[in-house]
Amino acid sequence: MTTQAQTSLTQNVTALDGGDHVITAAFIGAHPVLALADGCVKIITDGQTKSLAPHTGAPVLLGCVAGDTLLTGGEDGKIIATSADGSLTELADNKGRWVDALVAGPAQSIAWSCGKSVFCRDGKGQIRTWDAPSSVRGLGFLPKGYRLAIAHYNGASLWFPNSEAKPESLDWKGSHLDLTVSPDGRFIVTSMQENTLHGWRLADKKDMRMSGYPSKVRSLSWSHDGQWLATSGAEAAVIWPFKDKDGPMGKPPRECGVRPAKITQVAFHPKSLVLAIGYEDNCILLCRLTDAAELLVRRPVDGAGSITSMAWDGAGKRLIFGTSEGQAGLLTLP
Amino acid sequence: MSAEDKIPVTVLTGYLGAGKTTLLNRILTEPHGKKFAVVVNEFGEVGIDNDLVVGADEEVFEMNNGCICCTVRGDLIRIIESLMKRKGRFDAIIVETTGLADPAPVAQTFFVDQDVAEKTRLDAVVTVVDAKWLSERLKDAPEARNQIAFADVLILNKTDLVTEAELAAVEALIRGINPYAKLHKTQRSAVPLDAVLGRNAFDLDRILDIEPDFLEPGHHHHHSDEIGSIAITVEGDINPEKFMPWINEFTQVRGPDLLRCKGILAFKNEPRRFVFQGVHMILDGDLQRDWREDETRQSKMVFIGRKLNRQEIEAAVEACRA
Repeated sequence: MTTQAQTSLTQNVTALDGGDHVITAAFIGAHPVLALADGCVKIITDGQTKSLAPHTGAPVLLGCVAGDTLLTGGEDGKIIATSADGSLTELADNKGRWVDALVAGPAQSIAWSCGKSVFCRDGKGQIRTWDAPSSVRGLGFLPKGYRLAIAHYNGASLWFPNSEAKPESLDWKGSHLDLTVSPDGRFIVTSMQENTLHGWRLADKKDMRMSGYPSKVRSLSWSHDGQWLATSGAEAAVIWPFKDKDGPMGKPPRECGVRPAKITQVAFHPKSLVLAIGYEDNCILLCRLTDAAELLVRRPVDGAGSITSMAWDGAGKRLIFGTSEGQAGLLTLP
Repeated sequence: MSAEDKIPVTVLTGYLGAGKTTLLNRILTEPHGKKFAVVVNEFGEVGIDNDLVVGADEEVFEMNNGCICCTVRGDLIRIIESLMKRKGRFDAIIVETTGLADPAPVAQTFFVDQDVAEKTRLDAVVTVVDAKWLSERLKDAPEARNQIAFADVLILNKTDLVTEAELAAVEALIRGINPYAKLHKTQRSAVPLDAVLGRNAFDLDRILDIEPDFLEPGHHHHHSDEIGSIAITVEGDINPEKFMPWINEFTQVRGPDLLRCKGILAFKNEPRRFVFQGVHMILDGDLQRDWREDETRQSKMVFIGRKLNRQEIEAAVEACRA
C-alpha cells in the first residue's frame, strides 16, 4: 500500500451475488447488473437479484450498456438486449460466430464485429455491414453523426455505415486492440499488442505514440470533461492529458494509485475528476486528480482474482465492480 | 500461476488429407474423461466430435518488436482470452491448423503474448504425415517440409497404403528433415493418447537427452537451402561467457531460417546442466538438475532449419570451449 494515509470507504460497499467470472458490471437505469462468463445475467432491484440466461445456457463473451438495456454477445453468436424488467430482445444472430467487439452508439444504434465483418444496426433495426482488411478488435462510435471507428491490424478505419464511400483509413503498423474516441471527437486512441497506445488527431491524422507500459492496456476511460484519458496496464493508473490541441504530445502523463499490483480496470467518475482504479489483486482505490488523495474501496482478498469490470452510475453516486473469480460489489458514496 | 496449473495446448498440423481430423476425433472420443476445447480453422467434411469447437481465422500478425520472424496468431490470442474466462470447462486445448499453415506463428503465440503465456503452455507440435503422398508433397509444398521440421511428434499415417520399401524411403525422407521428433507409424491415425498428449516438449525440465530417434542419421544429401538438421556434440566444458553471446546472436541473426533448436550443455565450474530450446528467434534457457555421476559431462545441441552451415556452426561452438 502507499505510505499516504488512506481514508476508507470499505464500510460503504455491499457484496453482490456474482458466481462466475464477471464479464460486465454496469448499471441499466438505476439497476446494478452483472453479466457472467457462465451465461448468467443478474439484475439487482432493491436488494433482490433476478437471474436470467439470455443466451439460453451459452456463455457470455462480452457486454456493454446501451441506454436502459445491457447488450451481451454470447458463444451462441447472438446479441441480446436485457432490460431491467427482465425482458430479452434478440438484436442479431451471427449463426454461432463469436462476437469480438460490441459497442453502443447514438440514437439507439449499436455496432459489433465477428472476425473481419463489422455490423452497424441503427435505431430502426437497419443493419449495414463492411469487411475490414483484417480481424477487428475494437470499435467506437464518433460523438457526432453516424460514424464508426474500427481498430484492426495495421491501423483503424472510419466508416459511415449509411454511405457507400470507402472507409477512411488511419495507418499504423501492428495489431490494434481496443479503441476509444475522445468525447469531443478530436482523437482516436487504440491499445496495441506491443504494450503501447497509439493515437490519431483526426483533423490531420497526426500520429501519437504513448508507450512505456509493462503489459497490454485493456481498460481506457475518459474524464467527464474529456480532458484526461486514464489507462490500465501498469502499477499506477497512467493518465494522459488531452486538453490541448496537440493532445498528450510532448507532455508527461500523470500517474496515480501506485501499488505493487498491476491495474486491470479504470473508470472515471461521471461528474468529477475522481478515478476508480481496479487492480489485478482485486483491490480498488478512488483517486482524486486535483490533489492525488486516495480512498480505499476494497482491500485485496486472496483468491478473489482480478477486477475485470467496473462502472459508475449516471449520477456518480454508486460504483459497481466484479472480479475474475465471480465476486462483485456495490459502493454507495456517503 | 505455476506450470502445472496452466492449460496445456497441443498443436495439430499436417498436410491436407494426411489424417489430422481422424487423429483429432480419436483423441476426443477415447475414454480418458478429459474435456477439450478445440480450435479449428476450417470446418471440413468430417465433423468434429466435441462440445466446444471454436472457429478461427488463422490470421498471422507480425510483432512490432524488431524481430522479423516474430509472428503470432492474432485470432488465437483473442480466442484463448475468451476461453480462459470459463474455468473448469476444459482440461486442455487442441489447435488444429490448416494444411497450408506454418506452425511457427501458432507456437510463438504461446511464448510472445504475455496473457496467453500466463494461462496456457504449449505442450507439443504434432504433425500428421501421409505415407503415400509425402514425397510428392515435399516437391510442391514447402509447408509440408516446415511442418515436419517443426514437429515434436510425427504421426506417419496410412502405412497400409504403401509397401515396406516405400515406407522405409518415406521414413528416411522425414528423418532427413527432423531426426529428433518421436515418430509413430500408424493406420487411420491410431496412436495411444500419451503419444500425442502430455508431452511437455517445451518444458526445459523435461529435456532429458538429445539423441536422434533414428538409427542412421547423417544422410546430408539434401540441398543446402532445404530444411535439415545439424547435431553437435562437444566433449568437455563450454565457457558460458562465450557461448551465451554467440547463441543469442546466432538466433537473432539466423532466426528466420532457424526453426527449432535445443541443447544440453556442461558449463565450466557448474554442477548443473544448462538446457535451452528455441523457436526461431525466441530462446529459452535455464540451469536444470545436477549432472549425475554416471553421466558424461558433454554438450549436445541440435539445430533444425534452412541454409544451416555445419562447418560454420561447428567452428562457432568449438570456439566456445572452456
